Amino acid sequence: MGASGEIDVRLDRVSKRFADTTAVDDLTLEVERGEFFSLLGPSGCGKTTTLRMIGGFEEPTEGTIELGGRDVTDLPPYRRDVNTVFQSYALFPHLTVFENVAFGLRRKKVSKAEVDRRVKESLVLVDLPGYERRKPSQLSGGQQQRVAVARALVNQPKLLLLDEPLGALDLKLRKQMQLELKRIQQEVGITFLYVTHDQEEAMTMSNRLAVMRHGKIEQIGAPEEVYDSPATEFVAGFLGASNLLEGEVKEVAGGIARVLVDGGAVLRVPEARMHGRGVSRVRVGVRPEKIRLVADEGEASSARNSVTGTLRVATYIGVSHQFTVDGPGGRTLTVYQQNMGTDPIPAPGSGVRLEWEPEHTFAVRPSEPLAEWEEEQ
Amino acid sequence: MILYLIVPIIVMILYSFNQSHARLPVVSFAWQGFTTTWYQQWNAIPGLTPAFLLTLRLAFSTMIVSAVLGTLMALALVRYRYPGKAFVEQTMFANIAAPEIVLGASLLGFFITLNIPRGFITLFIAHVMFTVAYVAITVRARLSGFDRSIEEAAQDLGANPWVTFVRVTLPLIFPGVMAGALMAFALSIDDFITSSFVAGSTITFPLWVYGVVKVGIPPQVFVFGTVIFVAGLLIAASTLVFQRKKA
Ligand SMILES: Nc1ncnc2c1ncn2[C@@H]1O[C@H](COP(=O)(O)OP(=O)(O)O)[C@@H](O)[C@H]1O
Ligand SMILES: [Mg+2]
Repeated sequence: MGASGEIDVRLDRVSKRFADTTAVDDLTLEVERGEFFSLLGPSGCGKTTTLRMIGGFEEPTEGTIELGGRDVTDLPPYRRDVNTVFQSYALFPHLTVFENVAFGLRRKKVSKAEVDRRVKESLVLVDLPGYERRKPSQLSGGQQQRVAVARALVNQPKLLLLDEPLGALDLKLRKQMQLELKRIQQEVGITFLYVTHDQEEAMTMSNRLAVMRHGKIEQIGAPEEVYDSPATEFVAGFLGASNLLEGEVKEVAGGIARVLVDGGAVLRVPEARMHGRGVSRVRVGVRPEKIRLVADEGEASSARNSVTGTLRVATYIGVSHQFTVDGPGGRTLTVYQQNMGTDPIPAPGSGVRLEWEPEHTFAVRPSEPLAEWEEEQ
Repeated sequence: MILYLIVPIIVMILYSFNQSHARLPVVSFAWQGFTTTWYQQWNAIPGLTPAFLLTLRLAFSTMIVSAVLGTLMALALVRYRYPGKAFVEQTMFANIAAPEIVLGASLLGFFITLNIPRGFITLFIAHVMFTVAYVAITVRARLSGFDRSIEEAAQDLGANPWVTFVRVTLPLIFPGVMAGALMAFALSIDDFITSSFVAGSTITFPLWVYGVVKVGIPPQVFVFGTVIFVAGLLIAASTLVFQRKKA
């Protein structure tokens, strides 16, 4: 788990252009040793291409790639101390599980006894002991996935690349394998670079993640950072529901920015969450679960951000209530409120006030709207 | 239907055990009792055994060279893009479709023009030419369904391109190579038309048989025929068993 501060992977201004598309666009990235790092983004954003360049299967059009401080940009895959878990697993269908896992060790001319020991060990690690003599075709999808992981890890690479390794599994198995992979990573301490388009998966598994779009990194940070303080409108939307209001920054002072939202209210935003923006037009946001919805009466607490609106829809989901509110400037806002059973629920059509702590407010850079092909997240 | 296919084979086997006089006129075969004489005297006919051995040698060399060249052709066709690729592909099918007699005649012209003496070499060149496309086609069929990420996985695990080919690609396309090679062998061993053009004074088994048809076919011919057939059966059976085991 613990990242050591040493840099294991460094991509420096890497671009990859195919005939008519720029798959990866001037990307710079550093991953620390021992980290579980995810590349997260909609399909087609360049995640696989990035991973393939690190693995050595694609050559960058521009830029350099370093592994463990060494420039490997021009090295073929078989000279890189990196192993990959392919999306399709890519097991050797003509070899047994044992020979699949032993393949890398045999290339390194490891002694027979050592091969035996290490293959057994890594099959235990992925919880598949006793499957040595099976063929891949005799395994379930989940088991094949484990063999693919064992086959890569047995080589004790500096870095393991995983391209949507759980994409082909059903939801239940996927959840289970997420925990397994996380456990394995903590056990072996190898750097994992993990590609996924599933934001929940990326957030539960990673120490840090990079959100990608159109071949560029939109934001890098710990899951909480990226979720609680998204830098762009795209990140805000991709990592979960968010409420965005348009406004104008009036002043930035004492670590707090004051933003006059179209339609009235002044909201306070921590300067750290302004992502470097000064006096300008911005979009400010807050996550739906950070908001408290109350009937619009009495004085608003001056310590909190608050806006008023009209309750449109109240949906009861059991553990929570979900409210849709017509807010200032004609914006629709969403609120998730835990079902404590204590607060009275206002009737649809009534005036409500939405309140939240200023430190839960963030400002984002506007993004172009999602293209249709990006939407399946 | 199966009878239709099997009758000539049965006749051949029967006559290899037929107690007839040697050199009966072809048309008047009649069953005269069981004997294994012809198996004991398989070597008794002058010229037949050398022709048969030459044919075997030719078929083996053709099979091996066609298997290698055909596999390379298939790789070139599936794996690479280059100008004229469609043309190569068309040529391959044209080669199979073209009447053998025309190919034989034009090859002969070609050899004469280049002043290559007719004999084993020209036979060999001709046989490779008309069998290589079969190998290329069967191997291509295996390759076109090939998941390239399996080869990438091999490289990822430290195998250079050569090791990747030997350890991963080749074993996976091998059934296609094998099928093509056996086809090449079968086509070569009984080829008559092309061989008759380019053989010069060299005599292959089919050419020898054709030469004696008018005089009468010695029963040893059926012996050799039966041996080839049984060998073929054994090979087919062993590949089946082999593939069962692997699966
Ligand atoms: N070999 C290739 N040739 C041409 N275009 C490609 C190739 N590989 C990827 N692309 C394009 O590059 C972009 C990024 O693809 P990819 O890296 O696979 O995205 P992701 O893995 O995030 O879904 C896509 O538009 C894709 O069509
Ligand atoms: Mg991908």
